[in-house]
Amino acid sequence: MYLTKEEEVILSGEKGEILARFMKLLVKLGEKFGAEKLIPVSSVQIAGISYKNISDPGLEFLEEIARSDVKTNVISFMNPAGMDLELWKELGISEEFAKKQLRIIDALKKLGVIASATCTPYLAGMLPRFKEHVAWSESSAVIFANSVLGARTNREGAFTALASALIGKTPYYGLHLEENRKANFKIKVDCKLKNEADFSILAYFLCKYFKKGIPFFEGFIASADELKLLGASLAAYGAFALFHVKDVTPEASLQNEFDDKLLVTEQDLSKAKMEVVKEIEPDIIAIGCPHASIREIKKIFSLLENKKMKIPVWVFTSRVTKKLVDEKFRNILEKLNVKIFCDTCPVVMPLKEIGIKSVATNSGKARFYLLNQGMNVYFADLKTLIDKFSEG
Amino acid sequence: MKRIKCNPVSGGKAEGEVIFTKEPISFYGGVDMKTARVIEKGHELEGKSIAGKVLVFPHGKGSTVGSYVIYGLKKYGKAPLALVVEEAEAIIISGAILASIPCVDGVKINELENVKKIMVNADKGEIEVIE
Repeated sequence: MYLTKEEEVILSGEKGEILARFMKLLVKLGEKFGAEKLIPVSSVQIAGISYKNISDPGLEFLEEIARSDVKTNVISFMNPAGMDLELWKELGISEEFAKKQLRIIDALKKLGVIASATCTPYLAGMLPRFKEHVAWSESSAVIFANSVLGARTNREGAFTALASALIGKTPYYGLHLEENRKANFKIKVDCKLKNEADFSILAYFLCKYFKKGIPFFEGFIASADELKLLGASLAAYGAFALFHVKDVTPEASLQNEFDDKLLVTEQDLSKAKMEVVKEIEPDIIAIGCPHASIREIKKIFSLLENKKMKIPVWVFTSRVTKKLVDEKFRNILEKLNVKIFCDTCPVVMPLKEIGIKSVATNSGKARFYLLNQGMNVYFADLKTLIDKFSEG
Repeated sequence: MKRIKCNPVSGGKAEGEVIFTKEPISFYGGVDMKTARVIEKGHELEGKSIAGKVLVFPHGKGSTVGSYVIYGLKKYGKAPLALVVEEAEAIIISGAILASIPCVDGVKINELENVKKIMVNADKGEIEVIE
């Protein structure tokens, strides 16, 4: 791989041992995937923030880096943490967990990372343009950036994103190259997607037949919120990082010869839904995986029609979006047993430790990860959840 | 003595007992970082510790937070001596480099299935079968 003089200098350790290690990581990755060079990125999304996921070694690792004088070289946002950074007590998070989580945030802030704590950076102020090269982790943000925005990123990991944040570059391979962004199989949706939950079910159905590649969808028009949910589920149930939708996404004209085609009928979708939906008694309803947009919060408000919920509804969003919700509306929501939390999400929170065993959600991604964590999950669209679990 | 060529991923040398699996490993959620035991249900190494051994496996899988688990194993003194993989992907490459665990890839691992002890030279890209 070709390295510039400056890159060689960093690799040699002249700029410190820590940068050298991260540079080595990028170079190895580049060599492995046949990258000809490193390219600059204009933003980075860093995953691996929750104390639940990275625990003490992760915390110590980040503090060790923060003690040195390295800083991020490019605007960098962080993924959700294991708790609401302010209202953690209300979530039943222990003092010990909170202390360590806040140390992780502090270490990252010291490195220059913005304390965004969201999986939807594109809704919180970090918006790449079409064809802009970025290095994002968080699989749902990666697939949104690639598919809906037409930005260019590989599916980065916790460490590779951190490396790109500190070096400001990423190896030039994979989805950074236009030739690798062409759709290679086609999904013809021959039925109506009636609500947001159907987008997750479509992803679930597709992933039974395909685990990787780039799908080209035809047959529906979707909102950005719905595309967010479709992408999140595609990335959870399969290893997808990019999809195209005819007349909806910016690179839908990038196509290879389709090796495979799949027709999705009404019957397929309802059969898949039966597999996904299992009746349980949920402890809470979790909305906002990925983090809710202001439009989704508004929808919750209007669907409620002043009905009080029998079980707590936790709506997860970014701090930026929460600020858009007027205090008056927040108070009404709270009276109806609906509470907005930020900085965290059901997937990276220590749910078991705070006594939650069963969750109802409208997110296919949350369903996938919570089941993996041994939780019981009831999956349905927002309207069904509200009708089913509200008082008369 | 049998020598096998391979690609260096993360430098260093290590000699030790082999722990072998033909199933991919998810470090996040699949390996306990304090005990180094494989905890993934139904994995052929379930219940076994990978600490202090040369771990031979096809490739990683699962969440990229797995890199932190590899780093954590090292911090807790429970890391494998070296990683030998058929195909290293980002999780393994990142974890091995940042934790400074010798790692090589490009190895047809079935050649090592019944081998007891090997020497991994991850600087040169070579494995020596000892036993």
